[in-house]
Amino acid sequence: MIFLQIVFDNVSHVYSSGTTFEQHAIRNINLKIEQGEFIGLIGHTGSGKSTLIQHMNGLIKASSGNIYFNGENINDKNFVMRNLRSKVGLVFQYPEHQLFETTVFKDVSFGPKNLGLDKLEVDIRTYEALKMVGIGEDLFDASPFELSGGQKRRVAIAGILAMRPEVLILDEPTAGLDPLGRDEILNQVSKLQKETGVTVVLVTHSMEDVARYVDRILVMNQGRLVIDQETRKVFARYKELEEIHLAAPQVTYIMNALRDKGFSLKTDATTVEEARDEILKCIKRYM
Amino acid sequence: MIRDITIGQYYPVDSILHHLDPRVKLNGTLLFIISIFLFDTFYGYIAVTLFLLSIIKMSKVPFKFIVKGLKAIIIILLFTVFFNLFLTRGDILVQVGFLKISKQGLHSALFMGLRLIFLILGSSLMTFTTTPNQLTDGLEKLLWPLSYIKVPVHEIAMMMSIALRFIPILLEETDKIMKAQMARGADFESGGIIKRAKGLIPLLVPLFVSAFRRANDLAMAMEARCYRGGKGRTKMKPLHYKGRDGLAYVFLLVYFALVIVISIFENRLPTLL
Amino acid sequence: MDMVKIKDLAFEYIRRDEEGNVESINRAIDGVNLDVKKGDFIAVLGANGSGKSTLAKHINAILYPTEGTVWVSGLKTSDEENIWEIRESAGMVFQNPDNQIIATVVEEDVGFGPENLGVPTEEIWQRVEDSLRAVDMLEYRSHSPNKLSGGQKQRIAIAGIMAMKPQCIVLDEPTAMLDPDGRKDVISTVHKLNQQDNITVILITHHMDEVIDADKVFVMEKGQVVMEGTPREIFSKVDELKRYRLDVPQVTELAYELRKKGLDIPEGILSVEELVQALDKIRG
Repeated sequence: MIFLQIVFDNVSHVYSSGTTFEQHAIRNINLKIEQGEFIGLIGHTGSGKSTLIQHMNGLIKASSGNIYFNGENINDKNFVMRNLRSKVGLVFQYPEHQLFETTVFKDVSFGPKNLGLDKLEVDIRTYEALKMVGIGEDLFDASPFELSGGQKRRVAIAGILAMRPEVLILDEPTAGLDPLGRDEILNQVSKLQKETGVTVVLVTHSMEDVARYVDRILVMNQGRLVIDQETRKVFARYKELEEIHLAAPQVTYIMNALRDKGFSLKTDATTVEEARDEILKCIKRYM
Repeated sequence: MIRDITIGQYYPVDSILHHLDPRVKLNGTLLFIISIFLFDTFYGYIAVTLFLLSIIKMSKVPFKFIVKGLKAIIIILLFTVFFNLFLTRGDILVQVGFLKISKQGLHSALFMGLRLIFLILGSSLMTFTTTPNQLTDGLEKLLWPLSYIKVPVHEIAMMMSIALRFIPILLEETDKIMKAQMARGADFESGGIIKRAKGLIPLLVPLFVSAFRRANDLAMAMEARCYRGGKGRTKMKPLHYKGRDGLAYVFLLVYFALVIVISIFENRLPTLL
Repeated sequence: MDMVKIKDLAFEYIRRDEEGNVESINRAIDGVNLDVKKGDFIAVLGANGSGKSTLAKHINAILYPTEGTVWVSGLKTSDEENIWEIRESAGMVFQNPDNQIIATVVEEDVGFGPENLGVPTEEIWQRVEDSLRAVDMLEYRSHSPNKLSGGQKQRIAIAGIMAMKPQCIVLDEPTAMLDPDGRKDVISTVHKLNQQDNITVILITHHMDEVIDADKVFVMEKGQVVMEGTPREIFSKVDELKRYRLDVPQVTELAYELRKKGLDIPEGILSVEELVQALDKIRG
């Protein structure tokens, strides 16, 4: 059975409503997210991505429209907003900037502690979360401020994971990291998604990352959700993406350039591996 | 709520006052503040009110907008009036229970209230018509003589202008960290004072860490651009008095002379109150 | 004369405890030799913690060598009397766009450097205008920097350096915090300054696609320069780059993979066109 976890029903948000500064941050968003999906959210800066994800865990309230989480309307009087925040974990951009405790372990346990769990449960969750992001026990008692950039980032993500969210939203989790640091984080998220079935929404500027990991892409432009399709189909529309200052991964351009040159091959490869296999298949016919 | 406070804001319109040298406005404000404390009768207030009204007219800032600034001090204003009214001893006019209103009390309540209002109106008029940058430039130049007695005037002015640049950034950052901690279940809104104060730690620690990081970065960036204090520095926008600034000073002096004359002779005139 | 010459450079971050005793020593740079000619566009690649930012700070005399020597325009950075001349001739742009803009108005920020140098007022105005035009930000001169995008702020920072009329600009991960549009703008601005004004550029980055058009690339790892060559030479060694926690553009990796499968494709493919041409040749 398909289980709808998050539903946006015609949701809009207006900043500074009623003044001359009135501005639509998002407009008429309709969206259904199923449990266990791995979704990419793309759009250039200021397209409304951040506003959209903050609606998902109730940090921003919709000006109009309804949002449902597991079938419940989050604007209902009886709905407990704090529960939503723990079930929809939102990892902000540069999450390491929110670290504040004296040790890594204490910092990660901040979230579960706020849930009112007993100490044993808090410790178990903290331990698990740190293991999930690949932080070893030798660092548990270190000050979070003395870690490397990549380690800090992973500790901060663990801080959300320790709340055991059903949905994990990551706002540019790899910004500023080097290529290997980027791969480490995304591989861990992907592994987590496969093993626990958590729903993941990945906000990113990197089309290569989106292509490699996600099944479905949401494209935002000027506050509207302009594309909502599976990954392969979205990158086939690369000309539309360019019009809104986005692009497809480089392999999409390679495949299309080859096709224009008269190679008869499928152009829907989105990763290097897929492209390699398709080109080899094609070139063998000529040799 | 914060948006309602208009004190200290700049109001961008094109007026004579906006074009004046910031030093004129700083000196003028000082003179004006002194002037409202120089007299005890209503004759003086007539002069002050006329002066203030003409300046407001010249500034082209809407009267409504200026008056809005008084909202922020309404509580202080009420306190001042209340204490002066009931706690000044003198010839009793009215008595309700233990509350006594004396003639002198009425007099001083009215005067202190008016002084406070004039003080706020006068000084906010300065900020309405002067950008924060001009203000720091003006202060730096006016206070320059103090640098001979080792007051770090340039450094103070530089600190003020850097603060002006980073206040909005830090406010935004506060908002961001608050949201990030709320996403981890932090609660900034409920509980008693102690719980709330403790609840602020997850907000304040990251904020301080970030402020120090920014300060460190900024210091490095400034040094990389050859900043080495005020010595030998030139100015992109140096302050120069123009003709209109001279006229403004004349206008100010005439006003101030008038107030002094009134304060000398006011006791010989028939009392209005 | 070389713009920058670095000989046997080593730098140690020394951490002391409260009593001033040495707690730990971190050798961030360990025996680096590097020459940059006037007018060159060079890139320094490296993962986080490879020592590339520490290296950059030596060129601006923000850090001084523990061992070895750094010359900028022939001036030794370790001589204190040279500091200001060195900082004037080699300007530096940092990673965080917000933390290097000092003034609340764009043009005043660009004027900050010349003010510090004691340039006469009229010339400051001229320099500010020229620099803002050079980075294509003249129309924003009276704006507040807070309202600008990250890429625009970085271009303001570059203009602020240009207004000091440097011979060389060192950019320390200038695009790490920007979106793709901002990154493109900043990199193309830097290339333009390199070509039109013959400004020497030293670009520190870990974004591989930004170094393709550089004259020379240095790769750093654990404080040492481990690879050195043209972008093509560097990018032909995909496995080695990956060992240093780096990556190559997708087209380079695809070409490399196809080559491994026995296709006759030249090493170090850098662009889509090159790969298409190579495959076209194989097809015959």
